[in-house]
Amino acid sequence: MSIAAVEPSEERFRIGMLLTDTRYRSYTIQIFALFLLMLIFAWLFSNVVENFARLGKTFSFSFMLDPSSYDINQILWYDYTSRSPHWMAALVGISNTLLVALLGCITATVLGVVAGVLRLSKNWVVAKLMTVYIEVIRNIPVLIQILIVAAVINEALPAPNAFRGADPEATAMLGGALVLTNRGFYLAAPIFEDGFVSVFVVFLAMVVGSIVFGRWAHKQQEQTGTILPTFWIRLGIIAIPTLIVFYVMGSPMSWDIPELKGFNFRGGMFARDSLIALWFALSLYTGAFIAENVRAGIQAVSHGQTEAAYALGLRPGRTMQMVILPQALRVIIPPLISQYLNLTKNSSLAIAVGYMDATGTLGGITLNQTGREMESILLLMLFYLIG
Amino acid sequence: MKKSILSIATGVAAILAAGAASAGTLEDVKAKGFLQCGVSTGVAGFAFTDANGEWDGFDVTICRAVAAAVFGDPKAVKFTPTTGKTRFTALASGEIDMLARNTTWTFSRDADLKFTFTGVNFYDGQGFIVPKALGVSSAKELDGATICIQTGTTTELNLADYFRSNNMKYDPVPIETNAEAQQKYLANACDAYTTDASGLAATRSTFEKPGDHLILPEIISKEPLGPLVRHGDDQWADINRWVLNVLIIAEEKGLTKANVDKMAMGSDDPEVNRILGKEGEYSAMIGLEKDWAVNVIKTAGNYGEIYEKYLGVDTDIGLARGLNALWTDGGILYSPPFR
Repeated sequence: MSIAAVEPSEERFRIGMLLTDTRYRSYTIQIFALFLLMLIFAWLFSNVVENFARLGKTFSFSFMLDPSSYDINQILWYDYTSRSPHWMAALVGISNTLLVALLGCITATVLGVVAGVLRLSKNWVVAKLMTVYIEVIRNIPVLIQILIVAAVINEALPAPNAFRGADPEATAMLGGALVLTNRGFYLAAPIFEDGFVSVFVVFLAMVVGSIVFGRWAHKQQEQTGTILPTFWIRLGIIAIPTLIVFYVMGSPMSWDIPELKGFNFRGGMFARDSLIALWFALSLYTGAFIAENVRAGIQAVSHGQTEAAYALGLRPGRTMQMVILPQALRVIIPPLISQYLNLTKNSSLAIAVGYMDATGTLGGITLNQTGREMESILLLMLFYLIG
Repeated sequence: MKKSILSIATGVAAILAAGAASAGTLEDVKAKGFLQCGVSTGVAGFAFTDANGEWDGFDVTICRAVAAAVFGDPKAVKFTPTTGKTRFTALASGEIDMLARNTTWTFSRDADLKFTFTGVNFYDGQGFIVPKALGVSSAKELDGATICIQTGTTTELNLADYFRSNNMKYDPVPIETNAEAQQKYLANACDAYTTDASGLAATRSTFEKPGDHLILPEIISKEPLGPLVRHGDDQWADINRWVLNVLIIAEEKGLTKANVDKMAMGSDDPEVNRILGKEGEYSAMIGLEKDWAVNVIKTAGNYGEIYEKYLGVDTDIGLARGLNALWTDGGILYSPPFR
């Protein structure tokens, strides 16, 4: 078959070839599809414009400057009051979303890696336990899990009132440093006093020192083959001088212990029940998916790698840590990112437990109190799209 | 992501398109054969499902009365349970024809959200409920308390204003529905629960030990609750308005569920004759059948009967008439004359 025979070089372009000729047909279809898509968008847009006009509504974002008139229970760093404008309320919500997303991603990753590795364990009980965890959690809608965790916190834990009186029904843990109530968890917060700066400087210096030691130990290993117990030595390098300076300076740190004042505990760090429920449930749920990603990643690494590592005399723990996981990461990371995005998007279920995330403030109360559905939802979609 | 925006946009557009389709709500409702009425997801006394799964209650009766006026059949209603958050979107989009869901009449809901309140069927005010064990006897003592609140309501704004103007702090716990709020409150996850006082009384009546809970004396807001419809259809608004007014006039004139049929034969009172279609062409002015008011009163009873049936002192909820008595009995219930 000669090439010249296929070439329709002499043929002139005819309009019919847009349909009959495979070279042009795909363009025809694509342009047609694009045109159709644009038509749909134009229809949607004109529909919105027409209906806004019919309802007598205008399209404007100026409501974002008006006072919000509502309070938000978890404000991370803004100076927000009910007199602040709606855009600040939206920012508070967004930062709350980011907080739970960040916390959730960290714990879900830890949980997922552990569960994923353990599911491949040779220990039958451990492997089956992880299988049960992964399969059960993955197949229950995350909203239900969030509600269950919130209900357990609300119903099972004692109310702040139970800590009251000479013979209270409930007592704080860790000598008062940790209080678990059904309204949230309180943890003693450190207060840094004068002189803590020097402790901190020493701490930083020792961290640098431990890194230097780590490099030296690594070199040592490469040259001589001796493996030092680097973890304990590095911990010692950081902890011992820091502790010495800490006591020399006269322990310049005290604890802000949560105390029952009025209706609630005051002081310390507070994580409210809704944050805990959301965080825990999202971590558990996403962790199960990440575990599957990790398992897939590990199984994607040829078994020959493990055998080769064993042949070199590496123990199973080190094989996993130094040979298998680094290679598996290449497979794990792309779907892991997608799990992070899923977790962030799932965090919009927060309102189910009264956690004031972006959906709760901008897409919830602001939308409802101002009646600006279109604007609020567009802004919210924009946020999730960017974030 | 692009895909999901498209699908959301399609959904929004579809909702808006549905809202725009209704030119004359009365014709639409008649064509459908039933009234689509938005009610709450469940507040004892106001809107609840009975043992047979039928909707019943003070607000539900308003829906049934409108259905009776339009179709002569109180059963020609389908109910859409709405939350504080979803109710306005449901009405604006045309998903429901009217909303009777403990909704407070405010300026911005009128002017900005483009709704027409067709009257006030219950004069209410926002209050607080606390467990007696808390040892609080006034809302002024709630500084620092954790307070459960239904999100997307005027109560949320009143609460913020009340605590700010009294220089007190509080920890709001936003909640979607009354049932969830009740569960949180009973689990002691919040010290107090705030909503309209009638709602508090209704909720308390469903508690295992209602006596252990105290409704604080402070009423921190005016909450005139009433049914509402969309702007732009005055005829439909008039129907809703006059169904409610007829219920009130009926009480004033002593028309009851029991005697309305007899009164419809003719009475000495010209206003009664006008209402019941014996005199004048009033029904034609509003676009309804001649006996529409008879049907309304026959199915719902007059305002007083409805009140006593669902909320009155003999019920579990046990609310005295108070402001909701007729103006002749020391309340502020007052209907414009039917002429």
